[in-house]
Amino acid sequence: MKTRMHPGNAVVAVILIVAALLPYFVLPAAWLGLATNILVFSLLGVAWNITGGFGGMMSFGHAVLFGSGAYATAMLQLHAGINPWLAALAAMAIAAGVGTFIGALSFRYGLRGSYFALITLAFAEVFRVLASSFAMTGGGQGLSLPLATGLANMQFASRLHNYTFVLLLVVAGLVITTLVQRSRFGAYLVAIRENEAAAQALGIDTFRVKVLAMALSGAIAGAAGVAYMQTFLFVDAQIGFGTVMSFEALLGPVIGGAGTVLGPVLGAVVLHTVGELAREAIGGAPGLNLVFYGLVLLVILRFLPNGLMGLFLGQRRRPATKEQA
Amino acid sequence: MLGLIIPVALNGLMTGAIYALVALGLTLIYGVLHIINFAHGSLLMLALYAVYFMHVLLGVDPYVAMPFLVLAFFALGYVLQRGIISTFSHGKESNILLVTLALSIIIDNLALYLWTSNTRSLNLPYAYEMIEVAGALLPLPRLIAFGAALVIALLLWLGMTRTRDGRAIRAIAVEKRGAELVGVNVKHVYALCFGIGTACLAAAACLLIPTFYVTPQVGYAFVLIAFTTVVLGGMGSFAGALVGGLLLGVVEALSGLFLGETLGQIGIFLVFILMLLFRPQGLFSARGVR
Amino acid sequence: MMLRAEGLGKRFGGVVAVDDASLTVQAGRIVALIGPNGAGKTTLFTMISGFQRPDSGRVHFDGQDITTLAPHTICKLGLTRTFQIVQPFAGLTVRENIAVGTHLHHAKRSAALNAADDIAATLGMSAMLDQPAQNLTVAGRKRLELARALATRPKLLLLDEVMAGLIPSEVAEIIPMIRAIRDKGVTILLIEHVMQAVMSLSDEAYVLAQGKMIAHGTPQEVVGNPAVIEAYLGHGAAQRLQRETQDA
Repeated sequence: MKTRMHPGNAVVAVILIVAALLPYFVLPAAWLGLATNILVFSLLGVAWNITGGFGGMMSFGHAVLFGSGAYATAMLQLHAGINPWLAALAAMAIAAGVGTFIGALSFRYGLRGSYFALITLAFAEVFRVLASSFAMTGGGQGLSLPLATGLANMQFASRLHNYTFVLLLVVAGLVITTLVQRSRFGAYLVAIRENEAAAQALGIDTFRVKVLAMALSGAIAGAAGVAYMQTFLFVDAQIGFGTVMSFEALLGPVIGGAGTVLGPVLGAVVLHTVGELAREAIGGAPGLNLVFYGLVLLVILRFLPNGLMGLFLGQRRRPATKEQA
Repeated sequence: MLGLIIPVALNGLMTGAIYALVALGLTLIYGVLHIINFAHGSLLMLALYAVYFMHVLLGVDPYVAMPFLVLAFFALGYVLQRGIISTFSHGKESNILLVTLALSIIIDNLALYLWTSNTRSLNLPYAYEMIEVAGALLPLPRLIAFGAALVIALLLWLGMTRTRDGRAIRAIAVEKRGAELVGVNVKHVYALCFGIGTACLAAAACLLIPTFYVTPQVGYAFVLIAFTTVVLGGMGSFAGALVGGLLLGVVEALSGLFLGETLGQIGIFLVFILMLLFRPQGLFSARGVR
Repeated sequence: MMLRAEGLGKRFGGVVAVDDASLTVQAGRIVALIGPNGAGKTTLFTMISGFQRPDSGRVHFDGQDITTLAPHTICKLGLTRTFQIVQPFAGLTVRENIAVGTHLHHAKRSAALNAADDIAATLGMSAMLDQPAQNLTVAGRKRLELARALATRPKLLLLDEVMAGLIPSEVAEIIPMIRAIRDKGVTILLIEHVMQAVMSLSDEAYVLAQGKMIAHGTPQEVVGNPAVIEAYLGHGAAQRLQRETQDA
């Protein structure tokens, strides 16, 4: 039996497609930078959504996976002279490995809920300190990739081409999410989120499923890190492993709708678009846009706990599940 | 290097007293409400700015400001819990964490917007008075903070174990529904505890500001330290928070000595990770795992 | 012998929850585990199904020692348990809930969902398939719990108070369903307080009181056993009852 797509999903998809196409036709070039940023945050949100949305493993330190991808691709290119495309693949694998490590360790010792959220934050901080302590990782200065535009170098002279590149990555991420959602793996993830003991009683190896989810999330977050690196040609410990990226990772999905396919992208697009418009109106000042994000998060948590997608999918508030440890 | 261990450790002990004070509030909030208050560090930062501005604008000495700020922040904490945290999270644990995260983002960045990231510190005449202890020169305000931490921890412990209200609070911590059934106003008590926890932060800020500084980022820096302290000492234990804080201060100071200032920061995070994995009940708890 | 539990023991701190408890379940039978509240019945279930490691004793299932195996492995071997406090997977429909169980034997989503429909049909749940699971009544949830467990195609089903919370008409509805499950070849071990179910369904019964097995036999034998009556009604109750029936 085919799972029919909810009409709400089609509406959101259309909205997002229109938004995605704006830079090609209507958008002034000055906004391309923001648009590309939004795409990177979306991809990171898609990654977070796999574990945090579908799997219920809320992570407060997803930057550890993002930064691993960015740093790995930079170091492989700079120190080992590896081709950027190969470095990108390796970076995704490394980020997946980091995700596996953190997941295996945390789940082996039964961490879940808030404890898991905090330990991911701690890991992100450890990586941040490590990255700023060694010459190989650029120390306090960070790492820069030399400018060398060309498809072979995964660097795009045209900002529109760069945008297209990241857009393709986001689309790929959405396809992967859809495949997960319609697979046994996805069904198991959701079951684990709702009631891990019941899932085990039905034959699910919950440890393995959760670790696999962390690996997949790592790979996608690593891709976001690669996309960032190739776009800005610079990363440092604060950007790569800092809290801003960790919060961006969860803001999109939570505001857009955790556990839905389009939620992370919708959330990132709406949040940053409105945030930017507000900034233009009030006058740019450091910190103000993040205040805005925090307020939006509060409002969503209070009135739309299922995120913006909840409006489109016509869901009532998801009832409280069993108390987590 | 080895000769420096004692002085460095003693200084770490002094810093640890502040960590203990910060953690005391957090462990109370967690122990009773079972909330992991992510906004704890941000509220500390707010308190630091409050005591800073009270001195700079009104000429009030931090120690004098303490009673006023303790009361003010008690009220702030009460309102935050009753008005925002409990209603916005609909009772779900994962939502509570996100709500307190949202609050911390708002507070931290509002501070950044209002007061910029310039480091601010007070230049108080007694801040540099040094007392010699076991070969180490310890700043007087640090020693005062150390003593205050012990006193406040003791007061909290006495309050919780010897007073009737304190026993009621502990009852609620264990059996919320039973308490509700016998007519206890749980919402009020929850807000009360959150208020007390926040009041501890105000005290910590007043004791900290003479020898420290404040920037908007300070809040975040303290959050993980506070959590580590609480986990070390055992969630809900005041004695544990006290000992845990002191221990952590020493660990931080020594890892800074041996690993250098940048890498030394890792000490606390590693302790946190190791504790969460291998001994989440704390160093001192005889009970088994969650 | 489908299931053999030998000398199982479990203590929590100072409390002995289960003390040297043994039972056997032959293939194709319905065996009841009864006893007053707090006797340790669910603890026994958790040890048998791998959710807790016994402090002493061993569990053999279908010829294999499963004492230290993980719950999901035990389920894959053919032993599935239900939970006393039923919690459907919230946010999912009834069909999707059952599909989590059918996925054990069907990798493809469409096959799993189709198999879920079949399972639902055997339990008379076809009308509810598209409903959100959390909208179900207590009776519906109990049936869903049963359906989910059945979906894993167990050889042995551990039912933990599947009738708790059901009104008599609902109990009467579910009893033949359980019997039909056994008739299809599934062995059943059930914890139950609803005596009507125990008497009409089970071939034999074990009685657990304060962690110890105090009786074993047919339901009729066990119910008349003085030690069992004392366990339920208190010290001296057996004698009192006997005197009353004599006097009547």
